[in-house]
Amino acid sequence: MIGSTEYIILLLILLAIGTIGVIIRRNFIIILMSLEIMLNAASGLFVVGSGITGNMSGQLFFLFAAAVAAAETAVGLAIAIVIYRKKGSVETDKFESLRR
Amino acid sequence: MELVVLLILIFPLTGFLINGIFGRWTKPLAGVVASAAIVSSFIMALAVASGYNSLPFDHIYYSWISSAGFSVPFGLRIDSLSLTMLLVVTGVSSLVHIYSIGYMHNDEGYSRYFAFLNLFVLSMIILILADNYLLMFVGWEGVGFCSYILIGHWYKNPAPPKAGIKAFVVNRIGDAGFIIGLLFIFTHFGSLNYTAIFNNTSTLSVSLATVITLFLFVGAVGKSAQFPLYVWLPDAMEGPTPVSALIHAATMVTAGVYMVARSHILYSMSPISSEVVASIGALTAFFAATMALTHTDLKRVLAYSTVSQLGYMFIGVGVGAYWAGIFHLMTHAFFKGLLFLAAGSVMHAMDGLLDMRKMGGLIKKMPHTAVVFIIGALAISGIPPLSGFFSKDTILAEALKLNHPIIWFVGVVTAFMTAFYMFRLIFLTFFGKSRVPDEYHPHESPAVMVTPMWILAALSIAGGLVGLETAHGIPMKNFLSSTLGFPPAAVVETNDNLLMIISVLMGIGGIFLAWLMYIAKPSLPAKLANSVKVLYSGCKNLWWVDQIYNFLFVKPLWWVSHNFLWKVVDVKLIDASVDDVGFLSAFTGKTFRLLQNGFINSYVTWASLGVVVMLGWVIYSGGIR
Amino acid sequence: MSISNFPYLSLLLFFPLIGAILLAFIPKKDTLIIKLFTLVWIVIEFLISIPLYFYFNSGTYNMQFVENYSWIKSLNIHFFLGIDGISLFLVLLTTFLMIPAQWSTWEAIDKKVKEFNIALLLLETGMLGVFLALDGFLFYVFWEFELIPMYLLIGIWGGKFRVYATMKFFLYTFAGSVLMLAALMALYFIHGHFTGIYTFNLVELAKTPLPFKWQFWLFLAFFLAFAIKVPIWPFHTWLPWAHVEAPTAGSVLLAGVLLKMGTYGFLRFNLPMFPDMSRLFVPVIVIVGLIGVYYGAWVAMVQPDMKKLVAYSSVSHLGYSMLGMFALNRIGMEGSILQMINHGISTGALFLIVGVIYERMHTRLIGRYSGLAAIMPAYAVMAGIFVFSSIGLPGMNGFIGEILILVGVFKKNIWYGMLLAPAAIFSATYMLVMFRRVFFHKPKPELVELSKQGKLKDLSLREFSYFIPLVLLVFWIGLYPNAFLSKMHTSVNHLISQVHREAPAENISMLTGGKR
Repeated sequence: MIGSTEYIILLLILLAIGTIGVIIRRNFIIILMSLEIMLNAASGLFVVGSGITGNMSGQLFFLFAAAVAAAETAVGLAIAIVIYRKKGSVETDKFESLRR
Repeated sequence: MELVVLLILIFPLTGFLINGIFGRWTKPLAGVVASAAIVSSFIMALAVASGYNSLPFDHIYYSWISSAGFSVPFGLRIDSLSLTMLLVVTGVSSLVHIYSIGYMHNDEGYSRYFAFLNLFVLSMIILILADNYLLMFVGWEGVGFCSYILIGHWYKNPAPPKAGIKAFVVNRIGDAGFIIGLLFIFTHFGSLNYTAIFNNTSTLSVSLATVITLFLFVGAVGKSAQFPLYVWLPDAMEGPTPVSALIHAATMVTAGVYMVARSHILYSMSPISSEVVASIGALTAFFAATMALTHTDLKRVLAYSTVSQLGYMFIGVGVGAYWAGIFHLMTHAFFKGLLFLAAGSVMHAMDGLLDMRKMGGLIKKMPHTAVVFIIGALAISGIPPLSGFFSKDTILAEALKLNHPIIWFVGVVTAFMTAFYMFRLIFLTFFGKSRVPDEYHPHESPAVMVTPMWILAALSIAGGLVGLETAHGIPMKNFLSSTLGFPPAAVVETNDNLLMIISVLMGIGGIFLAWLMYIAKPSLPAKLANSVKVLYSGCKNLWWVDQIYNFLFVKPLWWVSHNFLWKVVDVKLIDASVDDVGFLSAFTGKTFRLLQNGFINSYVTWASLGVVVMLGWVIYSGGIR
Repeated sequence: MSISNFPYLSLLLFFPLIGAILLAFIPKKDTLIIKLFTLVWIVIEFLISIPLYFYFNSGTYNMQFVENYSWIKSLNIHFFLGIDGISLFLVLLTTFLMIPAQWSTWEAIDKKVKEFNIALLLLETGMLGVFLALDGFLFYVFWEFELIPMYLLIGIWGGKFRVYATMKFFLYTFAGSVLMLAALMALYFIHGHFTGIYTFNLVELAKTPLPFKWQFWLFLAFFLAFAIKVPIWPFHTWLPWAHVEAPTAGSVLLAGVLLKMGTYGFLRFNLPMFPDMSRLFVPVIVIVGLIGVYYGAWVAMVQPDMKKLVAYSSVSHLGYSMLGMFALNRIGMEGSILQMINHGISTGALFLIVGVIYERMHTRLIGRYSGLAAIMPAYAVMAGIFVFSSIGLPGMNGFIGEILILVGVFKKNIWYGMLLAPAAIFSATYMLVMFRRVFFHKPKPELVELSKQGKLKDLSLREFSYFIPLVLLVFWIGLYPNAFLSKMHTSVNHLISQVHREAPAENISMLTGGKR
């Protein structure tokens, strides 16, 4: 039967996928999506933890995190649009003006 | 009395300040002001002398330095030794000042010259009258400083300033020795005051006395131009001739002799030091005389002669006959001062020409100068009854009596050479056919120059009479012995008359030889030079001493300082390693800067790697507890 | 006396700072008013400092004119000012040297005049703070504070390589200061640990010596900090650079005052706080001191640049000062303090001398000059006076310091003294050779030409007037040094007795390997 261990493993795999996505992809939109996956994986762990301990604050925390994630994605997408307007691209290797 | 003694110092100081500060405006009067200052000083010295009643006068004017047991007052001391020196110095200085009025007229540095001549006299008086070694050192350095300035008086020519530096630096070598001697004295006695030292010599061991006196003697060697530090004196002839007469013949260079005589209690404690003093004196007397033999520069011959005569004085103080050394110092001040002034008169007549090969027959053009020159030369050659005879003969007789036969012999041979080179000089300059180039018009000097010369000539003739044996002994000896003590009793029996005859014969022999070679048979010198080539070129080239010093000390020091210490140690080693530290941090910064490449992906990669490493560390160390 | 109730030292300390603030309100364009204001302000500051000399009680070694306010309570840091016989003359020297330093720049500085004078005033506060502070933390604050105006002086108004020089100066000194800060913290905690009193009070800290192990490390840290500042060979290489690139005023204050902070630091920290280590360290100081004395003289001898020559001569002269200090007896110590003052006067004056000719010719290379004595006689006389004062001619100030140091060192150890004595030969050599090459011989044709055009004038009245007080001081110290020495005796005596304190018993057990 599926217990908390399997949930945790699944969520860790999700986290790893998100991390790798952030690292290897150059497209800002994809990075934002990978970031979202990571965030969800981490929030999922809160829910699992809540299930194990029976403490409801973990689930409560997920709600907060989901709300913040939505806001964050909105801001991130806004930035992406601004950058697209300025540079004509959302590839991150083009963003190098801070390096100079 | 205190005031009168102080006035002796104040007059030259005033003269220095007036000429030094207002010299630009008082230029025409500078010579008169300066001479008046020194003559007043001389009169004060005479006043002090007339009031002197064989009791030493010692007065502290103010406390100069005082620090934890090291207290040095500004105190002046008058006793028979300092009084003798004082009279000689102020007397000869007065004459030289007056002479300078004529000699230096029209010189553009007229007031500067007199200002520093006054300062020199002031320093010399401090040197003589000081009642402690440090104050003596003040005068000691002060005269060196004035000598530096006055040698370099004609600073627009390249040679005089260089000669000035040489004089100052070589003197400083001696001064370093003097200072060390002084430090030994202070650490042992806890004081530098003469009385305090000389009354406590019972606590002094012979070895320490030797160390002290040898170091003090290093100072004397520097200041009195003895071997091996005599090299500055011939170069010092670049200065105006009255300066040579006053500083480099009559007064400053005799400071070393005075110092040894002043410390006679210490010297007489140490047989080794006394032996060293006498030997260096004899060596220098002989060595310098050889260099005077072949020189053709009028003043330099006199300079080497001075070095040689100073050697005699050191023989005197070295063998224990301190009064004889001081006696010779006095007569030497007269006749050598005279010779230099006369040489200056010749220079004056010849527009600064000094090469005696271009002179000859000058006696007709300048009879006064020639006559006083001959008087001086007779005195230095030891012809009785002139002053040099008494003093030189006393020194040589004392040397033999106190069992220094070798030194006596060297002295006698040197006396022969002295007579020879002095009369060689006279015959070449004043006699024979005139070899004066046409553009020169020799003439007799003005009265302001001739008069001081005649006064000195009179002193050169009669100055020795105070050394004549009377019913109460020798007056000079008695006078000085109240300070210097009587010399030890004779060890060797001698026949005084025989010694006297030998000295006189040496003088006459030298004169005769000079006459033979330069008047009777003028071809002889060249032949002689050819037959003893090595000796001749040695004498001629002054035994290459300057070159050897240059090669051994000056050049290597310069080279090492420039090419090694500065260019390698300072720039390449120390400074470069400091810079390397800077470069190292800059390099580190540059290297780590590469991480900051601006790509989000790489930042995330590093961050994740960091998380992995930290997690790994936590797991490895047993998880979170 | 009422002076004791009045916060006199605070007034002295902050007066220049007030001046700097007031100066900020003067319009930039009125350069003459700015210069005049600063000069007057500095002169008033000097006049304020003079009563210190007369009201100073030479009968006690206790700190005088003391002001003590709590500053940072939690760390027991105080705003604690006071002077004793050692710092008295350094304070006077600072206020005095400011005058010729500022006065010399009236024509030399033509850009950013206002900022320059503000920097000078700030520098004065910084320098005075170092000498007045009796709280370690306060000392450190001023020690660092003074660096900033100096950094700006060299970096903005300096010569061609000013950026390199100023970086070197700043980083080098800063490396030392960092060590000092660390050591100061360590001292605070270790001293607190051993005595139960956590304090930065320098007088308090000096009262109880620490166990030897701690003395060792703390001494080394302070030694490095101060050695760089003095500078002791081989930490001297920032000095020639800084001096050569600094404007004249900067050089004068750098040589005259800033270097003295290093030697003063030794007197305030190393000697009284770490007596056992100080005694143990004597041979090391003597060796580097002797090397410094000779090395400085020899390297100075071959310098083609006048300022570099004077800079290296500083290394030589301060080597003397260090030797005298570590003779650890009164004569040497008083000689050492006097040598600091003398060096401030003579070397400061020599930098002014170089500044005068640099203003006219814009070169300091000795080879470019000759025969200046004929063109500028008054200038030659002034230069001669300071050259001989630096050589140590009797009757002038340099001699007194050197002879006292020699006697002190000789008393400590005959061989040290005998090794030091011949150094006087070389100091005469480098100075006189420079003097000859610049002032004697025939003037170069281009110099004669310039002189005819009126571009190479002799000293102006302004220049003359700032040399005169220096000349008077040279002879005053030379002829009547007791005016200075007598104020030092008690304080120096106290310091010497502190240095010769026997180590407490537990310290000896530390020495032999026992543990506390």
